Amino acid sequence: MGKGYHNAGSVSPLLRLQKISKSFNGVTALESVSLDLFPGEILGLVGDNGAGKSTLIKVLSGVHAPDTGQLIIGNHQIDFKTYDVCQARRLGIETVFQDCSLGEKQPLWRNIFVGRPVSTRLGFIRVREQKRATLKILHNHVGLQGIGISADAPVRHLSGGERQGLAIGRAMYFDAGVVILDEPTTALSLKEVDKVLTFISRIVCQNKSCIYISHNMSHVYRVAHRIVIMDRGKIVGEYCKSDLSLEELGSKLMGIHACAYGGH
Amino acid sequence: MILSLFRRVKLQVGIFGLLGCLLGIFMVASPGTFLSPRIYISFMSTIPFTAMLALSLTLLVIAGELDLSFPSVMAIAGLTFSDIFLSTQNAPLAMVTALFVGGLAGWINGLLVVKVGVPSIIATIGTQFFWRGLSVLLASGLARNIVPVRETLLHHVFVGRIGGLIPAQILWCISLAAGLSLILNRHVFGDHVLFIGDDIRTARLMGINTDRVRILLFVLMGTVSALASVMVCLEMANWWPTQGEGYMLLVFASIFIGGTSVFGGEGTVFGTLIGAAIIGIIEAGIISAGLSGFWTRLVHGFIIVASVSVYATVFKTGR
Repeated sequence: MGKGYHNAGSVSPLLRLQKISKSFNGVTALESVSLDLFPGEILGLVGDNGAGKSTLIKVLSGVHAPDTGQLIIGNHQIDFKTYDVCQARRLGIETVFQDCSLGEKQPLWRNIFVGRPVSTRLGFIRVREQKRATLKILHNHVGLQGIGISADAPVRHLSGGERQGLAIGRAMYFDAGVVILDEPTTALSLKEVDKVLTFISRIVCQNKSCIYISHNMSHVYRVAHRIVIMDRGKIVGEYCKSDLSLEELGSKLMGIHACAYGGH
Repeated sequence: MILSLFRRVKLQVGIFGLLGCLLGIFMVASPGTFLSPRIYISFMSTIPFTAMLALSLTLLVIAGELDLSFPSVMAIAGLTFSDIFLSTQNAPLAMVTALFVGGLAGWINGLLVVKVGVPSIIATIGTQFFWRGLSVLLASGLARNIVPVRETLLHHVFVGRIGGLIPAQILWCISLAAGLSLILNRHVFGDHVLFIGDDIRTARLMGINTDRVRILLFVLMGTVSALASVMVCLEMANWWPTQGEGYMLLVFASIFIGGTSVFGGEGTVFGTLIGAAIIGIIEAGIISAGLSGFWTRLVHGFIIVASVSVYATVFKTGR
């Protein structure tokens, strides 16, 4: 794979997945998936429910270890025995999970640093530092300043779009090289979708990369440079956005769907 | 924003106000008792045991878990303490062993819940029968008289009367509250506890070692149960086979009057402390007001239902 993208060959990938397979209790979720991600690109990953998109990003972000296959991040060959969420973050991979990135009842300043608080050597949290960083993120990434939101507000006071903005801002704050977004625009109002898509386009400004997972093709098409289609655990298509119109993408997806289920 | 800070503080002010109201009522009803210091010294000797149990259970409840086994963990730890003391006359050794047994019992609860995957309410009902059964079996159903313990240094350190007046247990209790409050609100461990209680899937995906944190909380609960049990044994100079049983409901009442959410993710150490004080003063207040002791349970029930109803309506703590 990778031949469809103009960067291939000239620039080395930020991240490289090779022949990743994973099954759960005998059910195949991923079957020999290979994928490269290049600096500065937004890779759209589309496919129906159960296509294996979420499993793939969980392998990438250290939640699941694959049964077979390799992952190379930068120049690091990953050892899946020790690879976990914390190591993925250290290597610059930040994941915004759908509905699963923020603690609803916890204040914003805890949420920004969940799992990795800034602390003293004895483990006490540097609250003031965390609050300052939180306000900075709110100001720079979420655009929430001036409407009375403080670092002490709980996440449940934020709208869906603001939550996605917060989670993306958090990834940016930790200077991630790769930001993975799992269905960030699900259940958002149209106006908020625009806002979140703007956040996503901004990610790649500094030569960072993004993997954007969604089953909403039109959202993906608006921001992605390259689009990969998955179906039942495999990559079944890979297209440069410039080679494909939204209508063509739609018909490709429908075609896969027809192949898969039409015969029965 | 300021509103959320206010909301938190308001809850604590509310609980504190309830305690103040009750004290006010009792002072009017029986000024002779409630305006003299003696009753408060008596409270300081009894309330700390409930409060210490409730304090460590608060952290577990915030993490979204429960422990119903602590009364029985108290029994086995107290028996360990008493029997080792009786056979060796070495009170510190007896205490350390009892704390170890308590920690071990907590660790077993933790393994059952975290590694085996039994929901904590069910796992700890099981272990609560087990430890009670083992205690009664080992003790052949008989109490232990440990009066010589009154002469030990350990007795003076943990339940002695400071300046001949203030029970030492209140200081231990306040220290524990201060320590746990610091851990919950300012330590990385407390941060993990809050997120685990809020949504364990999020906590896991955000890189929190949810297994380790939860097991440690169960170990803490077991150890504090053992500590409370040793202190009760020291105070009473006695161990009896049903030791701990009376604390079960009082401890849960303290936690929920204190405003901790049964759904996890939020709760305060301060609230639990005041909750334990409220629960602790009611009986004395009723009796000194000239009412029969039979009223105690009824008033407990009323206050619990009223306070949790206020939380549910004012703070929308429902599901």
